[in-house]
Amino acid sequence: MRKQDYSTRRQFLGLAGGAAMVGAVPIVTLREAEATPATLAAAIHNVVGTAEVRTGKVKLDVPPLVENGNTVPMTVSVSSPMTSDDHVASIHVFNEKNPQPNIGNFYLGPRAGRAQISTRIRLADSQKIVAIARMSDGSFWSASADVVVTLAACTEEVI
Amino acid sequence: MASALINVPAHAKRGDVIEIKTLMSHVMETGYRHTADGKVVPRDIITSFTCRYNGVEIFRADLFQAIAANPFVTFFTVAAESGKFEFEWIGDNGFSETASASISVA
Repeated sequence: MRKQDYSTRRQFLGLAGGAAMVGAVPIVTLREAEATPATLAAAIHNVVGTAEVRTGKVKLDVPPLVENGNTVPMTVSVSSPMTSDDHVASIHVFNEKNPQPNIGNFYLGPRAGRAQISTRIRLADSQKIVAIARMSDGSFWSASADVVVTLAACTEEVI
Repeated sequence: MASALINVPAHAKRGDVIEIKTLMSHVMETGYRHTADGKVVPRDIITSFTCRYNGVEIFRADLFQAIAANPFVTFFTVAAESGKFEFEWIGDNGFSETASASISVA
């Protein structure tokens, strides 16, 4: 009697483990629609082409931990004298794991006076954000930041 | 439906760098969400924002689904002359809104 109890418990645990495995599979397949580091690289390539992107000059301010990915404040500033000879032409911001890799393109000019923009963005997952600045001389500078998101945006169900 | 909020300083000294804050009321529906019965909610976002200062474009932005609802954009410009800022938002489904603000530069 005692021995039989033991075997049903083992069967139960085996079944429960199997059910957990089956449950895990759909979660993995749902992730396919997301932007991946490859699409991030492709989106950056669309803007930058084959030019070299150097790290520096750009400052990307996002909170390191956000509770709600639906609205995340973001500020990008670039150190530049903003004269007609030497200014920031545009700022491009990308993400790694939203369903699509672009966040925004911002076109400035020497009349901006200060190369700084702020907006509020959506993040579908904890991920890396990349900001790239195109200078008037054609060089590219970048900065990146990692953000941890507890409540994801973009793909939740409409009620 | 006037749904824009603009913050531009009313007065500035010539050559000052001033901050311009803009907010446009819009759902920015991503097109990635589903209703409870599985239908995709179609994309409806603002795709372009432009600011002109006395007719000259000083700032432009391409927006994507990753911009939060009610897009809030701030940027800077040099106060060069008295005049008018014109703002324009263009989006999906023929969305088009404009707003303007005046500045007097001493």
